[in-house]
Amino acid sequence: MKALKTLLIASLTLFTLAAQAQTIMIRGATVHTMGKAGTLENTDVFITAGKIQKVGQNLPVPQDVLVFNADGKPLTPGFFAGITAIGITEVSAVQGTNDSSLGLQEMRPEFNVTLAYNPNTSLIPVTRMEGFTFTLLGAGSKGSLFGGQGRMVEFNGGYSSFIGSTVLFINVGQDASSLSGSSRAGQWMLLNQAMLEADKLPAAGETRLLTRAGRSTLSGYVKHPMKTIFNVDRASDILQVLRFAKSHGLSPVISGGAEAWMVAKELADANVPVVLNPLANLPGNFDTLGSRLDNAALLDAAGVTIAFSGAGSHNARKQRQMAGNAVSYGLPHEAGIAALTSNPAHIFGSAIDQGTIRRGKSANLVLWSGDPLEVTSVAERVIINGKLIPMESRQTKLRDRYLPQNPAMPRAYIKP
Amino acid sequence: MRLKSILSLLPLLFSLPAGTALAEAYPSTYSPQPSTATLITHATILTGTGERLDDASLLMADGKITFVGKGDVPQDVTTIDASGKWVTPGLIDVHSHLGVYASPGVKAHSDGNEMTNPATPNVWAEHSIWPQDPGFSRALAGGITSLQVLPGSGNLIGGRGVTLKNVYGNTYQSMKFPGAPYGMKMACGENPKRVYGDRKQMPSTRMGNMATYRAQWIAAQRYIDDWTAYDKQVANRKTNSGDDAKAEPKAPKRDLKLETLAGVLKGEILVHMHCYRADEMMTILDMADEFGYKVTAFHHGVEAYKIADKLAENNVCGALWADWWGFKMEAYDGIQENIAIVDRPEGSCAIVHSDSSEGIQRLNQEAAKAMTRGKLAGMDIPPERAIRWLTSNAAKALGIDDMTGSLAAGKMADVVIWNSNPFSVYAQAGQVFIDGALVYDRDNPDFQPVSDFELGQLQGISK
Repeated sequence: MKALKTLLIASLTLFTLAAQAQTIMIRGATVHTMGKAGTLENTDVFITAGKIQKVGQNLPVPQDVLVFNADGKPLTPGFFAGITAIGITEVSAVQGTNDSSLGLQEMRPEFNVTLAYNPNTSLIPVTRMEGFTFTLLGAGSKGSLFGGQGRMVEFNGGYSSFIGSTVLFINVGQDASSLSGSSRAGQWMLLNQAMLEADKLPAAGETRLLTRAGRSTLSGYVKHPMKTIFNVDRASDILQVLRFAKSHGLSPVISGGAEAWMVAKELADANVPVVLNPLANLPGNFDTLGSRLDNAALLDAAGVTIAFSGAGSHNARKQRQMAGNAVSYGLPHEAGIAALTSNPAHIFGSAIDQGTIRRGKSANLVLWSGDPLEVTSVAERVIINGKLIPMESRQTKLRDRYLPQNPAMPRAYIKP
Repeated sequence: MRLKSILSLLPLLFSLPAGTALAEAYPSTYSPQPSTATLITHATILTGTGERLDDASLLMADGKITFVGKGDVPQDVTTIDASGKWVTPGLIDVHSHLGVYASPGVKAHSDGNEMTNPATPNVWAEHSIWPQDPGFSRALAGGITSLQVLPGSGNLIGGRGVTLKNVYGNTYQSMKFPGAPYGMKMACGENPKRVYGDRKQMPSTRMGNMATYRAQWIAAQRYIDDWTAYDKQVANRKTNSGDDAKAEPKAPKRDLKLETLAGVLKGEILVHMHCYRADEMMTILDMADEFGYKVTAFHHGVEAYKIADKLAENNVCGALWADWWGFKMEAYDGIQENIAIVDRPEGSCAIVHSDSSEGIQRLNQEAAKAMTRGKLAGMDIPPERAIRWLTSNAAKALGIDDMTGSLAAGKMADVVIWNSNPFSVYAQAGQVFIDGALVYDRDNPDFQPVSDFELGQLQGISK
């Protein structure tokens, strides 16, 4: 019981801090700014009113400031959880909690998952206390080439904490959908038709793919920096994406990209980023025969901007481990951190809010116990929009309920 | 309990003809690769039995470990200077579907779940294994030297699992671990009741799950009784040899399902049970008592931390993940301290397992995460203890711990040389030995196997 009491006190203290802390000084950190300033040794970061006010050495410490001595530990921008359903799922197998996928067998690019976002999900505390401060909500649609639209969201608990612009998801490749005639060629035929419809209303009586709202949505992505994310793996399909996007004025991002390394030069020349899972090294299907653990390293070396995704929603915290493995297979360490911070923020148009440590920016910071990409390190302090978040979740409460051995009362009475 | 003690005597008293036949069916044809005596020196050695030896040596000869420790070592053998490197037993994954859900994961390769009946103890995972699964080579690069391939969890009783040496061969028989007992896969909870409930078939509930298992065990007991009676008649007939008029006893009909279940009741086949919820695991242990068999390991056990003491008391292993959770209701209460808490009681048997072609490649990282979370929660677990989760404890659950899973003289020389402390995201298996033979070398492409499937793919692409 003694151990339990200590834990209770510790979590209460943190909770109080979280509620009050508006002015924070982190002293003597190794600051990975992920910007032009690079990595700064023994550096202080001063946070007030939700913003990073100062970054420098030996900053004066004002009165009534919460001070954390970092003792040289790494301080990074908050990490990117990947393209997930955090806030639009609770339990994967419980249908009523899942809102990331449209069941209608129709072409509906206008489907927008942000309308379903719920910040009170248990997944947010679980994920953010591990150093993740933002995600991109993904959208999928059964049977359709158009997954729908998603958007980045910050884990600050707000009901509409969206950042950046909406993005559009398009699925191409081996999952030749039931609405594309089960052929890749059919996919491009239909995608071309959809783009033509968005450009010019089809004549009366002509076959239509899209609703009025769909046409309007699609035309919004033409000649606009809002990103269209293509879920695609095979090298030849990636090249088709580049041609398609260019001819229709879309701003593409490759997601998946198992064989992206095979067309790295073309991707770099077109300045098209790739969101990938660096652990993918098996030919899971015939689109991914070229999967390899140094995909990230090869793309980075070729000048392609990369970000990481693929740990799923519930275990998004595994993104750190994925990045560490990419580094183990040749990606420079700083590039591994960039793929979880500045790169995704930049790719999806939320660089003003997330991804770097710089004066004047929203304070989204993580103080780590050690190398942030190492599996034996943990996030010690997490700050979102200038506020210290409580380092607790439903999981830590279950842990603290079951850690004591032989409690006198049933564990239902232990309420950490 | 009475039933249990009577039944436990059965294997001693009678040997079932059916059981005898099984022991010889589909035999292992595995033979170790040629090897030369090899000495590893100046290594940090985790023995797998809880010991850590610094600046120590390990000698392998004739496929066996012949020496581990410090002291005089022979000079006239191939020597690897492992200064700065770590040596562990070959890693063992008790829960894999390599070969039965092979890559590429096309429909033609979906051979892991015989979901046509909720109880299929008659199917054997080994008969589904495609030895050309590229996944075996990836697991090898992660230091896996042995693995149990199991049927999936769509059925209450999924069938027999098989333990393999992680070597490429043209047949699964040439990978089959000689002398390893069979496993039998069972599954609790949501999967079976969903699969069959959706078809308006039994089981559609957890109580339906239990009723179905119990009916199977009752049938298996009857099967044992029938064979026991038959054996008695045969014995009597031999003793009364003068009585020629007595008819030859009629043997009971052989039943593949009941044969496997009888093997479990006789303690010859080890039960590996997919089960998430604490309460369900306890119900299953009661059922094991009711029918007098033993659950060797609960697999997945996302709520195992809630009954860690009970698992240790019952000598049941918990084969667990470091952090998976939330994919279904029974996985909703997952915590990152699960493995450490299950490891905590005296006599515990915590295991890190994968159930994944990705996870099997980095069991060491999964263990490192579990260690880290344990430490934060006040359970300081050193590497020499944690390595047991993926070596000796896993070997125990597969019934092969007298042969492998630890580094001791006389054990199979299943050994990994890591380029650094294996409990790190940056650690890589440098060399992997199985039965003393170098089967993987990160620095030498000649010792990196490629499956038939991958050979010659993507011609013209420079790698």
